Amino acid sequence: MELVTPDIGLVFWTTVCFAILLFILGKFAWKPILEAVKERENSIETALQRAEAAKDEMARLTNENEALLKQARVERDLILQEARKVKDQIISEAKESANTEGHRMIEMARLEINNQRAIAMADVKNQVASLSLEIAEKILNKQFEDQKKQDELVAQLLKEVKL
Amino acid sequence: MSIPAFASAQKDTTNTGDKDFDPTPVIMEHIGDSHSWPFVFPLVAEKPIPLPVILYTDKGMEVFSSSKITPEGTIYAGTYYSYKLEEKKVKIVDAAGKVDENATVYDFSITRNVVSMFMTIAVLLIVFLSVSSTYKKRAGKAPKGLQSFLEPLILFVRDDIAIPNLGIKYVRFMPLLLTIFFFILINNLFGMIPFFPGGFNLTGNIAVTLVLSMIILFVVNLNGNKHYWKHIFMPNPWWLFPIMIPVEIVSIFSKPIALMIRLFANITAGHIVILSLISLIFIFGTLWISPVSIVFVVFMDMIELLVAFLQAYIFTLLSALFIGMAVEEHHHEVI
Repeated sequence: MELVTPDIGLVFWTTVCFAILLFILGKFAWKPILEAVKERENSIETALQRAEAAKDEMARLTNENEALLKQARVERDLILQEARKVKDQIISEAKESANTEGHRMIEMARLEINNQRAIAMADVKNQVASLSLEIAEKILNKQFEDQKKQDELVAQLLKEVKL
Repeated sequence: MSIPAFASAQKDTTNTGDKDFDPTPVIMEHIGDSHSWPFVFPLVAEKPIPLPVILYTDKGMEVFSSSKITPEGTIYAGTYYSYKLEEKKVKIVDAAGKVDENATVYDFSITRNVVSMFMTIAVLLIVFLSVSSTYKKRAGKAPKGLQSFLEPLILFVRDDIAIPNLGIKYVRFMPLLLTIFFFILINNLFGMIPFFPGGFNLTGNIAVTLVLSMIILFVVNLNGNKHYWKHIFMPNPWWLFPIMIPVEIVSIFSKPIALMIRLFANITAGHIVILSLISLIFIFGTLWISPVSIVFVVFMDMIELLVAFLQAYIFTLLSALFIGMAVEEHHHEVI
């Protein structure tokens, strides 16, 4: 029975000791420890969340980069295609203009040639005309040296004239 | 488990010759409290270290060394009365040396258990204040050293005892639960050491478990909310009042009493079993039985190690459960 009879002394000292222990540990040990643990847990939590967010951000950036790259490639192709088209166009235009210019020049040359020929022909005609006139003058001079022949021609011409 | 007890026991048996060894006083001496700390210089001598005796009588306080009243039966004439030890209790004696049964004396002595409690509390304070300062110094970093050994225990109390039973209100009760857990644990463990700084039986003392359970009783009932009191005084349906109200009132007290008995009985029983096994050597009076005793004692020590943690855990868990029941914001569903 002695074993289960609490001693007043031990009850008293236990109460006092436990109260002091609870006070000191509560104020100087449990509070800072629990706060530190909580804080660390929170920081780990936020760090994990941030890592997750960073991973997402990274994935997003990679996707974006890829999309940009793809777009850039498409654009480059487009630009190249356009350039090729423009090149072809320029070449064809240049050919065309060269052609027309050639034609034009040939036409002009022909016209010039024709003109020159016409001028030359007119000159030749004039010379032929003056030559033939000279020849005719000389022939006539020769034929009408004799007076009688002149008279005969006048007579003939008079005969032909009918009044 | 105290060597001193056995040293004296052995001396007694050798002195009394053929008389059979009686383990009961040895065991009782260890399980109980005493006014001096038995200390053994191995193979040389056994010397009880005197401790202060503090008495409160109807005339006033008396303080003297326990060496004045040891060995048991020595009469010391104090300022107000004369005192002597009878069955380890300080009694007032009259001039003829007879115990005066009418005189009352309150014994607030610093006994062996009180000294051991001072010691374990000093250890707790040193350990946890240093760990706490480590937390401040290494804020936000991974735990290290002693801190990393104790943090799992602290987190265990928080995550497996407090939060499941108390919910979001756990923060307020954490200091109490942690203090109770580590106080019981360290005293259980120190009690298992057979010599200084152990060799006592504090958590197996009914006075200590009484105080711990009374603290729980007060905390539970002072924090009880209206649901808790309604549950006790207005059970459903109304015609159960005459039965339920007394039952509920008994249950208020039976819960802490169960806590008190459980811790006391478990630790004391463990100590008794181990001491009994060692006593076998003396009962048989031969050294040849000692291997058997040692094997069993080692086995029991391992179980006691488990029990030391288990009882600290159970006491804290049930405390948290009772507090949780008192502060729970539940809504009664009418069935």
